[in-house]
Amino acid sequence: MAYSEKVIDHYQNPKNVGTLDKASKNVGTGLVGAPECGDVMRLQIQVDDATGMITDAKFKTFGCGSAIASSSLATEWLKGKSVDEALKIDNMTIVEELNLPPVKIHCSVLAEDAIKAAINDYREKNGMDKIKFEESVVH
Amino acid sequence: MLKLPIYLDNNATTPMDPRVLEAMTPYFLNHFGNAASRNHPFGWEAEEAVDYAREQVAKLIGADPKEIIFTSGATEADNLAIKGVFEMYASKGNHIITATTEHKAVLDTCKHVEKQGGEVTYLSVQPDGLIDLKALEAAIKPTTVLIALMYANNEIGSVMPIKEISAIARKHGVLVFTDATQAVGKIPVDVNKDGIDLMAFTAHKMYGPKGVGALYVRRKNPRVKVTAQMDGGGHERGMRSGTLNVPGIVGFGKACELCQLEMESDTQRIIKLRDKLEVSLLQLEEAYVNGSTEHRLPHVSNISFKHVEGEGLLMGFNKNIALSSGSACTSASLEPSYVLKALGLGDDLAHSSLRFGLGRFTTEEQIDYTIKAISETVNKLRDMSPLWEMYKEGIDLNSIEWAAH
Repeated sequence: MAYSEKVIDHYQNPKNVGTLDKASKNVGTGLVGAPECGDVMRLQIQVDDATGMITDAKFKTFGCGSAIASSSLATEWLKGKSVDEALKIDNMTIVEELNLPPVKIHCSVLAEDAIKAAINDYREKNGMDKIKFEESVVH
Repeated sequence: MLKLPIYLDNNATTPMDPRVLEAMTPYFLNHFGNAASRNHPFGWEAEEAVDYAREQVAKLIGADPKEIIFTSGATEADNLAIKGVFEMYASKGNHIITATTEHKAVLDTCKHVEKQGGEVTYLSVQPDGLIDLKALEAAIKPTTVLIALMYANNEIGSVMPIKEISAIARKHGVLVFTDATQAVGKIPVDVNKDGIDLMAFTAHKMYGPKGVGALYVRRKNPRVKVTAQMDGGGHERGMRSGTLNVPGIVGFGKACELCQLEMESDTQRIIKLRDKLEVSLLQLEEAYVNGSTEHRLPHVSNISFKHVEGEGLLMGFNKNIALSSGSACTSASLEPSYVLKALGLGDDLAHSSLRFGLGRFTTEEQIDYTIKAISETVNKLRDMSPLWEMYKEGIDLNSIEWAAH
């Protein structure tokens, strides 16, 4: 199967690979997927308490090229957004941006789940209720 | 100068040897006759060429030329052997024994037989990929007509104890069929010494053309018969109708002859390269060979690189190195290799595997390039793998509640 150029570019030059201090109060960490499924994504956001803006985002992903590209792209999009804006990132926009084929849609779903999990982790650490999300359909 | 891409997927198919192509060419052009045309020189030439090829093929496996039934490939030969025996020996019984690590051409044929009223036992394998002979013998019943076990596995290269298997089968009056697609031409296979009654193999795994293979069917001690699965002109002693693929068969014969002549020197050279590749890659942390290293084809190595996903790994170099992975991230089921899982590997290790298949045309320069490219990619992907980070921090990955999706 041929990958799109954007997927190849993110795979070869991934943006924002790394680790933020998960103990820090203004860092939210989302760890989604499972080794048995061949995909695990860890996505982290650092939020400015005063403005509610995401000042940094990092990821590490175990998975195929599309999973790596989806998480790399997600971190790019997260930086500079407010937490509320970040919640609106939809997996289908990732699919469109990266031109993912149907068998790889689950990679984008995983990235969306990782964003939501990171935001909830941040909210929980800061005394806010977790947001309940509907189960993603395409798994 | 190293020419890219490098081909290391010889278990999938091999390149044709130019000497094979050379032997075939006249049979596309001048000698195009139908081997069944008995009344003119075109037919005679074709028949003569087929007879000669049949001898070349038979010689490689220690058989009589009359015992070779040409088919379109190993899949057809697998079908003919299993369905053919099941139908021919229906009055004797309906039970077949096979293993979970067989090729789909055998497993799916067995499933078909089950739908037709057959009973099939699927033996599990040991962690090295080989079957337990005691379990095999214990599985034999009065109704057992066939034991179908592959000679060598296509994913891990493990070589089954065929001699011991056939000795057990003989003792109980059961026929032995082996899918020897990966073994014939690579290691010595002798149908008499090995006690094989039926055997499937194909040209394109031994530097011959695609679209031609054979089923060996024993003619004495015992005389084995299979019910034809294709009706028509009664070619191949009535067991496989259809006009013979003369150029393909000529190529198959030539490929067998070359394998016979060059097997020993090829093996010595290839095994050194395979071992160099394996030893070098195992220097990476958390890298493991899958399947038996003792009973194994000389050109195969299957290695798991823990905490790196196979397809992601392939993407790092698949423009330059042709390999396959046990990961199945592209399939809708997301299920990794059933062969690796049958060895008892966890899904994570099965997802992290690469299969190397070296061949006659593999060079040391190619192996050196491959070692470097794969080591670099494994390290790069581990740097971005959350599992690797956790492993390095000493976190037990099994202690985490993963949200399986």
